[in-house]
Amino acid sequence: MGDTSEFSLTVRLFLKGYPWRKIDPVPWTPLKKPLSQCRLALVSSAGFVVPGQQPFDESFKGGDPSFREIPANCQTKTLLETHRSESFDHTGMQQDPNLAFPIDRICELATAGRIGSVNHRHLSCMGSITAPGRLIVNTAPPAAKLLVEDGVDVALLVPV
Amino acid sequence: MCNQTVCLVAAELERQGISTVVIQLLRNVAEKVHPPRALFVPFKHGYPLDAPGDPARQAAVIEAALKMLEDPALTAPALRDYLAK
Repeated sequence: MGDTSEFSLTVRLFLKGYPWRKIDPVPWTPLKKPLSQCRLALVSSAGFVVPGQQPFDESFKGGDPSFREIPANCQTKTLLETHRSESFDHTGMQQDPNLAFPIDRICELATAGRIGSVNHRHLSCMGSITAPGRLIVNTAPPAAKLLVEDGVDVALLVPV
Repeated sequence: MCNQTVCLVAAELERQGISTVVIQLLRNVAEKVHPPRALFVPFKHGYPLDAPGDPARQAAVIEAALKMLEDPALTAPALRDYLAK
């Protein structure tokens, strides 16, 4: 069960007093065409990188707000998980990256015709961001723009 | 914090015209942050799509998320509970 009881007392106390960023107004883009005609991209906050990419920087105060582009044709088994949080069990997604970056699953959906296509690149970030101002202002807008330029219609976002 | 991070990225994607759905492992975070569309899943942290090495169970979660994108009755912020089979 995903609740805060999994976490240490220190983490639970931090979360209890944390000033969550309420999205207001809530933006809303309705689906413009059937999913079978839509291009889909993934966004995962599991901290995956492909071999050769810079790992996420756990020492970044407030959390590393950068993104990595993960090519759709990556070899799933070679993805490197660089999320350093000690607050959750990493073994599942190390065993099967699809658990948090389901690239094989969405390729199957495209093959089955459930979605139109899989974008040629996807976004990876490292979710342990306690000070999200830089993410909101500096890094998320250009990362989103990449997917807009690719003609992405829908995105599935997966935290860990 | 991962839950909030994907919500904030989803909001930016929606502002730029991309429809989104986020998985959420903490229901109260979705209730406070208000992502446009969120599917709350009853799995422990690190296991957002249920089970490693189990394509069918992973696909079932993704299908539930995709159905939120297709539901014309939803309005922002939309939060739905995933009912594992």
